[in-house]
Amino acid sequence: MRLRSRVWVVARTDLRQLWQSPDFWIPMLILATLFFVVAPAGLLWLVTHVQSTSVVAKISNTIDVLPSSTKHAVRGLGPQAKAAYALSVFLFAPLAVIVPMTISTAVGANIIVGEKERGTGEFLAHSPASEREIYIGKLIASLVPGYLTTVVGFLIYALVVNLIAGPKLGGWFFPTGDWWLLMFWVVPPFLALTLSVVLRLSARVRSAAAAQQASGLVTLPLIILSYGQSSGAVFGSVRAAFVLGAVSWIAALIGLHRGARAVTRERLLGAESAA
Amino acid sequence: MLSDPVVLLDGVRRSFGRAVGLSDLSLSVPSGTVTVLLGPNGAGKTTAVRMITGALSPDAGTVRVFGLDPGTDGTRVRIRCGVVSAKPALYDRLNGRDNLRYAAELFGLGPSAPIDDAAVRFGIDHALDLKVGGYSTGMKTRLALARAVLHDPELLLLDEPTSGLDPESALAVLRMIDELAAGGKTVVMCTHLLLEAEGLADQVVILESGRALLSGPPAELIRRYWPHPTVIIDAEDRVGLDLVHDLPGVVEYHRNGTAARVALDDLARVPDIIGALTANGVRLTRVAPHEPSLEELYFAVRRESGAVIEDRGVR
Repeated sequence: MRLRSRVWVVARTDLRQLWQSPDFWIPMLILATLFFVVAPAGLLWLVTHVQSTSVVAKISNTIDVLPSSTKHAVRGLGPQAKAAYALSVFLFAPLAVIVPMTISTAVGANIIVGEKERGTGEFLAHSPASEREIYIGKLIASLVPGYLTTVVGFLIYALVVNLIAGPKLGGWFFPTGDWWLLMFWVVPPFLALTLSVVLRLSARVRSAAAAQQASGLVTLPLIILSYGQSSGAVFGSVRAAFVLGAVSWIAALIGLHRGARAVTRERLLGAESAA
Repeated sequence: MLSDPVVLLDGVRRSFGRAVGLSDLSLSVPSGTVTVLLGPNGAGKTTAVRMITGALSPDAGTVRVFGLDPGTDGTRVRIRCGVVSAKPALYDRLNGRDNLRYAAELFGLGPSAPIDDAAVRFGIDHALDLKVGGYSTGMKTRLALARAVLHDPELLLLDEPTSGLDPESALAVLRMIDELAAGGKTVVMCTHLLLEAEGLADQVVILESGRALLSGPPAELIRRYWPHPTVIIDAEDRVGLDLVHDLPGVVEYHRNGTAARVALDDLARVPDIIGALTANGVRLTRVAPHEPSLEELYFAVRRESGAVIEDRGVR
């Protein structure tokens, strides 16, 4: 059997289990809805419907610190339109990183230690799947829910901002080129890098609770870093975002390669130091 | 032995921190036989099973399964093994069919995997579409057995397969194992329930503290421990029964209450013993030949090894 095939079997079974656990995916769905729909829609509606307030003026002034290409895009528009543009394109950019990271960390933290806790690691340890196949399968299963939610959320977000702010900005304006780059070039390696750490933790700890706590602590700096970098990817030039993505990909690949060693049959059995 | 053993462990050692899992364990499992690993909790039975599939690697010693080293040829070994672990290791959120399908796909069976056939064979077909989280312990064990044989493995490794089952379910599971063995499978079964091994085992291995105290066919081992014919004698007068101790031909005498186990140099001595006892006014209530059980063997071996065991008396 080819490696790809068993990898997919492991990933698909984990995803099927997640799908059959509404107690897991309903909170995640709520989180994504809040970040991608409710919060942006509410803020944009306020900005575009509240008449001449100082807040709107202040938000619109943020455009002044942005690159000249951005200033060019909003030249001649009123404060409300400028504020809507600033919110849509810049304020919510980090959400594209936080949502997938939160979801994938929640899945990834439990995905290996969960096998150990439930005793199902014994089945995997005695199966013909190699440790690498199990690791990659688990990685895919951790990555897919977060990234899929983000891509779907991104598309819905695009629809929401275009419908609410579009009329003020002269038509559909979102996603901008920076956002495409962020979503499909910068976010995936951030996610992979975070998961390389989370899966390693999940393989090493003895309980899902410990994995969640440790993952939270370890991934917090990564999330903050990603938050800043994702803002930079949108604020900065396309070239800078491209380089940022490339560096992240390299770091992610190194992290994943090293993380693969953490998944061993002994750890799946929970037999590292127990008789 | 005509053919190479399916499983060969030679001087295998394995520790977990300071705890010793296996200590110079040697074991040979011939093809088409049922080998039962007996021993108390912590004796090393589960560790031995894990060594066989390569899930654990030894600190020292040699493991060969089908002539292969599971440490380097793990996938080739494991694809020929079916394992039922002490906990059924099933995915509770999935239904029975998805659990079997997962195993079928990992073992490369493809869409024609005999999922329904395996479920029917172990009487779990009616619950295939229910979530495993709602199964009883017996149903889980049956599903785990169905999963273990799905890919028609040559070697079955069963780690306490009747653990937690009621007597009827346990008996049903043991019958299934007997059928699998009759079908030519090589079976290695761990248990601490001696009655399970009785009649099922072609070979027993008594483990303690990670080493084999004794191994071989049960009848041969029993003959080795009790080379003399044995009878059980019950009497109304327990003190009078002790006369047997000094009678000619009595090799060993052990009394518990009103029943005595008497080993003789020749079974032809029995009429003389009965005559001597009745002549002394001892009223006998039972005289019966006695074949020592595996349980007696187990306790005799463990007692000899220095283990502290409560005296179980004459059965």
